Amino acid sequence: MKTNTNNNQRPLIERPIQETAFYPSYKHLIQNDNYEEWSGYTALASFACEGQEYFAVRNTCGVYDICPMIKYDISGPDAERFMNRLVTRDVSKMLPERVVYAVWCNDNGHVIEDGTVFRYSATDFRLCCAERQLEWLEDSSIGYDVSIADVTEEIAGLAVQGPVSCRILKKMGFTGVENLKPFQLATFPLHGYDVVISRTGFTGDLGYELWIDVKNASDLWESLFSAGKPHGILMMGSEALEMLRIEAGLMLVNAEFMSCFQTVRLNRDRTPFELGLDWLVDFNKGHFIGRRALLKVSMKGLSRKLVGIDIDWNKQADGALIYDSKDASKQIGEVTSALWSPILKQNIALAYLDAPYFDGGKEMWAEVYLHRECMWERKMYKCRVAQRPFYSPDRRRLTPPNDM
Amino acid sequence: MKHDHYDAVVIGAGHNGLVTACYLQRAGLKVLVLERNSYIGGATTSISKYEDFTYSNCSYVCSLFRQEIARDLELYKFGMQVIPYNGGAQIIKNEDGSHDMLGAYWHADANRRDLERLSKRDANAYDRLNRDIMRQCEFIKPLLMRTPPDPTSFKPRDLMELLYLGKRFYGLGKERMLETIRFYTMSAADYLNEYLENDALKSYVAGGATVGTALGVYSPGTAYVLLHHAMGDIDGTVGAWGFARGGMGAISKALNDSFIASGGEVRVNAGVSKFIVERGKVKGMQLEDGEVIDADLVVSGMDVRRTFNAVDPNELPAWVVERVKNFRFRGSSAKINIALDGVPKFHGVPDGSPCLTGDIHISQSMEELETAYDDWKAGRWSDKPYLDMLIPSLIDPTMTPEGKHWMSIFIQYCPYEPAEGGWTEARRQAFGQHIVNRIAEFSPDFTEKMLHMELRTPKDIETEVGLTEGNIFQGELTMDQLIFNRPIPGYAQYRSPIKGLYMCGSSTHPGGGVMGAPGANAAREVLLDLGRRN
Ligand SMILES: Cc1cc2nc3c(=O)[nH]c(=O)nc-3n(C[C@H](O)[C@H](O)[C@H](O)COP(=O)(O)OP(=O)(O)OC[C@H]3O[C@@H](n4cnc5c(N)ncnc54)[C@H](O)[C@@H]3O)c2cc1C
Repeated sequence: MKTNTNNNQRPLIERPIQETAFYPSYKHLIQNDNYEEWSGYTALASFACEGQEYFAVRNTCGVYDICPMIKYDISGPDAERFMNRLVTRDVSKMLPERVVYAVWCNDNGHVIEDGTVFRYSATDFRLCCAERQLEWLEDSSIGYDVSIADVTEEIAGLAVQGPVSCRILKKMGFTGVENLKPFQLATFPLHGYDVVISRTGFTGDLGYELWIDVKNASDLWESLFSAGKPHGILMMGSEALEMLRIEAGLMLVNAEFMSCFQTVRLNRDRTPFELGLDWLVDFNKGHFIGRRALLKVSMKGLSRKLVGIDIDWNKQADGALIYDSKDASKQIGEVTSALWSPILKQNIALAYLDAPYFDGGKEMWAEVYLHRECMWERKMYKCRVAQRPFYSPDRRRLTPPNDM
Repeated sequence: MKHDHYDAVVIGAGHNGLVTACYLQRAGLKVLVLERNSYIGGATTSISKYEDFTYSNCSYVCSLFRQEIARDLELYKFGMQVIPYNGGAQIIKNEDGSHDMLGAYWHADANRRDLERLSKRDANAYDRLNRDIMRQCEFIKPLLMRTPPDPTSFKPRDLMELLYLGKRFYGLGKERMLETIRFYTMSAADYLNEYLENDALKSYVAGGATVGTALGVYSPGTAYVLLHHAMGDIDGTVGAWGFARGGMGAISKALNDSFIASGGEVRVNAGVSKFIVERGKVKGMQLEDGEVIDADLVVSGMDVRRTFNAVDPNELPAWVVERVKNFRFRGSSAKINIALDGVPKFHGVPDGSPCLTGDIHISQSMEELETAYDDWKAGRWSDKPYLDMLIPSLIDPTMTPEGKHWMSIFIQYCPYEPAEGGWTEARRQAFGQHIVNRIAEFSPDFTEKMLHMELRTPKDIETEVGLTEGNIFQGELTMDQLIFNRPIPGYAQYRSPIKGLYMCGSSTHPGGGVMGAPGANAAREVLLDLGRRN
């Protein structure tokens, strides 16, 4: 098995990307070689049929391998102070065993990334994100009594999402998992090792994320899939996840915005306000990185903002430019992610719109290019601002979730 | 006097001279190129020196060459092909005498993982460093193919151009403006220290910052030289370097053939000894053999000192004479090309590693690089020089017989004039041997595999290529000698105090490297003065 790094060994040069800890377990389920790279790991765009994988999450239980998520453990007497300096929301309000969604910025108030903050205890946090940024965490923790460790390679994770996810976890012996509230976490024993379960996910549905030491990966995977088999459990790839997260109205780094650590061109950086994340910025909690700059921009009106839109007809509006009129005289926005939603029967998208269009109520047209039988056709469809999340079932919030 | 029948004469068949000649010829002028050597190309040549081996004798890798020039002059038709290479190896000597390698790979994650072995932090910080260098590239790149403005002039064109520069600069926003100002004034070492902690990685990156300058990695201004090596691109991949198929000479050959195909004429063994100037206007030139050629439009691809040394000082303002004298060349680089009986092994490099297709480095630390500079200041070649080693034949099948290879070794630093006396043949050989010994410390079978060596000290580069003091860029690339200061303030627009005499070599904006931009910009200025458009 040529997986994972032994830290002092030269990487296998003929194969720059690594396999995740779960890969050997689910390898036999891969039917169509639809691979992709994710943060240096082999990931699957789909295992078989992405539509089926999508419906597993809305109907039974879909499982997504999240080992490639970047994980930083941040501990020490100053951990809370440091986390509060790092992210824009107030983490001092967090109780232990809770998770919050957060965004963090540089001193210009430009978004570095969004992600989740796990709080294990008074002095132990974990930051879960998509991009590596150890040097930033180290540099911004100068003067704080904290230790920061990249544990990406040590911790394996599985997202277990869908209406019967709770039932499967109970069946595996995680007694009490049904009492986890959204964004709560707890540690459960399984076959002599610990499984941290957080009620979190990226699908907008009922769902959990399971975190373990990489060495227990195959045991956890086998247990989960033998328990889930009668309930239609299915591995899923990123194509299904993409559909799910758009329905949930969730943004994705490198789709909706680029980290200000990576932008080269001017005007590509985004503030949390432009991303519609005002609710994550807490000016009352004292200093945090980017506060001064964000205070300044918060006084001014926004010139553009990320919103949800709904487009006429049923043609997915990938990359569409948005205009003020059917004859496309003035561009007023652009689509970042688009989806024909199978469950809503709606043509939805995340899009940047200029002021004042993002407030809604104005006429807007999306310019959609359709590639049909080797010919391009250009269509103009009317569109309008829509509420996000587009899809949010009750079971996502109920505790205990209704068991079906 | 022989009767003149050329509209323009270009002096020097370096790649820039040829670029200018091509554009002028294609614009409908009748153009003659005069080259002192028996071959064309200047510092961009591939001349066989040993059996069936071809070397890139001077310049050896390509990145900066402007795509718009290649397209305008249809260079692909004349055989120019630049193949990007991946790979690269920084060999590390551990304290216990064992060796390791920091590899460069085509895949970002392979790079990251190799770097993570040495420093997890640097693996992340390296991305941020590259991002910041890319930001500087974005700022500078559009300026390469533009004529620099004269900041003291009130001509509408200069004002417009200054305004353009100003707008671009202010458009950067406060943070990036400050970043940019710091960047242009910092030393490479200080700049890298702000990002990186690992010495091997730092010296891998920093070596390029001293190339062609008489500065050390701790000298202010060297951060810019890093950029000069990063701002090129191959087909849009910024910072990528490649090999010209057949050697760098294939580029000058393509330019030459394109020029000939459009009706141009090149004469080799035709060195110019002086320009004939009457009442401030150029009238022609005299060749070394006494022949006189009439011309009232002359473009010099020689460096700025050679150009004005060929003009009677009486015809020049005193300050120009002085400026030319003070223009800094200070050659500091040498070049060795070696024919090899197979690929040499390197300590720390696993067998079959793809890293050898890129640049191989053995400098161990910033201190070592700085000490190498100290040696040069004292008039000695560096005991432990910065070596940029490549084996182009691993990629290019046309340069060596099957199974054989050649290695290009660029050496920083080597004095133009050794302090202990001039370059005697014995001293040349001692220098060559020193470099070979140094490489052999890292390559057990290097000496054994050597078949032939071509050696060029700065003095040789001056004598053979005509680059004053052997400076590879026709003058150092420091801020005081760039943009509107290159080569002389007030004459940075390819013109000179002599009417009809223009400059197009690397001494002019945007400077050295096989880029073609000075040549193309100069042609544009000439045509502007003629009221023509190309
Ligand atoms: C050892 C070395 C390594 C280099 N490595 C690289 C590299 O890897 N990549 C890169 O991009 N750049 C590299 N460079 C720099 C690059 O090669 C030069 O900047 C570039 O080739 C200069 O081109 P040019 O046309 O401006 O001038 P030159 O090439 O110097 O051309 C001037 C020409 O004028 C001729 N000449 C001189 N005097 C007279 C006279 N009196 N009459 C007639 N003709 C005359 C010369 O013979 C010469 O042909 C290197 C340079 C050297 C020396």
